[in-house]
Amino acid sequence: MAELFSNGILHPAGERAATFEVGRGIDPGIHQHVRSVQLGLEKRSVRGINEILPTYCTLFIEYDPMLLSFSTLEMVLRDVESGLEGVLEVPKRIVEIPTCYGGEHGPDLEFVAENAGLGIAEVIALHAGTDYLVYMMGFTPGFTYLGGLNESIATPRLETPRVIIPAGSVGIAGSQTGIYPSDGPGGWRLIGKTPVSLFDPAKRPPTLLEPGHYLRFIPISIEEYAAISDDIKQGRYKVTELSA
Amino acid sequence: MLVLEAIDGGFLSTIQDHGRKGYLRYGVPHSGAIDPFAHRVSNILLGNPSDSATIEVTLPGARFKVLTDTVVAVTGADLGCELNNVRMEPWQPFPVPAGGILSFTSSHSGMRSYIAIVGGFEAPLVLGSRATYTRAKLGGLSGRKLYMGDRLSSRMTEMPENILAFRCPPELIPHQSSHLELRVVLGPQDAYFTSDGVETFLNSSYNITDHADRTGYRLSGPPIAHKEGADILSDGNPLGAVQIAGDGMPMVLLADRGTTGGYTKIATVIGVDVPKLAQACPGDQVTFREVGLDEANSLYALQEYALAAITQTASVVYGRRRLRMRIGAGDQEVVTSFLDMSADINEDDIHLAATAWLAERE
Repeated sequence: MAELFSNGILHPAGERAATFEVGRGIDPGIHQHVRSVQLGLEKRSVRGINEILPTYCTLFIEYDPMLLSFSTLEMVLRDVESGLEGVLEVPKRIVEIPTCYGGEHGPDLEFVAENAGLGIAEVIALHAGTDYLVYMMGFTPGFTYLGGLNESIATPRLETPRVIIPAGSVGIAGSQTGIYPSDGPGGWRLIGKTPVSLFDPAKRPPTLLEPGHYLRFIPISIEEYAAISDDIKQGRYKVTELSA
Repeated sequence: MLVLEAIDGGFLSTIQDHGRKGYLRYGVPHSGAIDPFAHRVSNILLGNPSDSATIEVTLPGARFKVLTDTVVAVTGADLGCELNNVRMEPWQPFPVPAGGILSFTSSHSGMRSYIAIVGGFEAPLVLGSRATYTRAKLGGLSGRKLYMGDRLSSRMTEMPENILAFRCPPELIPHQSSHLELRVVLGPQDAYFTSDGVETFLNSSYNITDHADRTGYRLSGPPIAHKEGADILSDGNPLGAVQIAGDGMPMVLLADRGTTGGYTKIATVIGVDVPKLAQACPGDQVTFREVGLDEANSLYALQEYALAAITQTASVVYGRRRLRMRIGAGDQEVVTSFLDMSADINEDDIHLAATAWLAERE
């Protein structure tokens, strides 16, 4: 069960980093708390903090111990947490990811449907019918850890990973779903592909999505896929973002 | 200006710098030199800015042709560095003439050497860094290792005065042993282990396996017992994290580690000891010793103190006072307060900082 601690706990991660644990479990409420502490901490521009990385239920903080001590950091975090009540309202940002399901772009869609005992259209409807919360990014640049996959389409990984999976591939592994941000090997069941780029090191920020955002898959045809790819090449495509 | 051409990239030669900082939240690892100390000293020896790129050479085999008269410094592992078949003294600058062959011929101690060049190597900045991260093809030369025929440029043509007059104080040159003691701060997940598990971790000797690369070093030895399981919800991976997988075996995470990981991390190797592991070879033995945060802080401050001291000395010797000191008047108080705080600093470390200061005063 997910549990939010009454006070977060700061654990040392060496002398130059620390992990601030606010609770346990994959839960939108806990993650909202992580994000609120992050925003509160960023607002203070504490001297000596070099990196802040939000995860499911922690903030990972890198700092310079010659400028900031562990105990001062602990005090600042306490203070940020105690001032949080009532300021938890961060607007929900939904990013739409056009996705072509099945066919050459999603070679494992049929397997996922068979495994779930569902029709292909049902699998697509279930996968595209949810707003997924971006809990964190990791594994490889631009990779999102998403929460919210419908358990009925959870599928075990491939027994033998593919050597190369093209960037933009949308996959399922166990009860996780995600998008491969760059070409690489992997064992996820591929159900579709998006023409949209999720990671571009020339951009600031370098990723389309950030922790705290929501992602919505929008089913598109193979013709629409080609048209959007073309628009992206011409520089006239803009991802749709909604606020809720 | 073109300065070097790879005749043979060897096992793994990459362009590295102090790392790609500030993008952890987007899943972008730091990368950078796996032995940050040797990398930093190589730049200091040439009076280079601290963000300059070097070549990280892994194991012997790499050979480079010099394309223009310049000066290099080689630090880190002793891989039998030769210029035109003549052994060159490491940890000090030496001139290399156009047409000369710089080669790494044999393994003496350590795994990785750094070649710094006056001005630093040129490469496009990717997310603020020139560090190569081969897994995502970022930085360096098209995000890959160096191959035969690759030509490298430096970022400066002007040579500082007295360029060969400075060398690394011998006390600062690390000695690599095949039995390493790595000091660790317990946490962030030491509470996930039985007390026997923590005892085993701190009182056993572990063997470095063949799975030892820029991502991390896998060790083998007595299994370390978890209370329940090895998995946690993924959280941030610090440099030097000692993660313990389900089989109870430790893996220490290094420069190319993923930003997040889902294994319990019993402890973190302190910053000043990371280079020891980065230079260790498969087959070497590792033991872990617990230190408190205060001691880890003091050791870190001492290292920074010593590096600032030699940086300052180099800038005086090279007649380039424009280099910005990391430790200014204000920060020096911070350092002093760290020194006061630490009751039991290792004598060697005080000696190390003191030597650097003496060198500076001369």
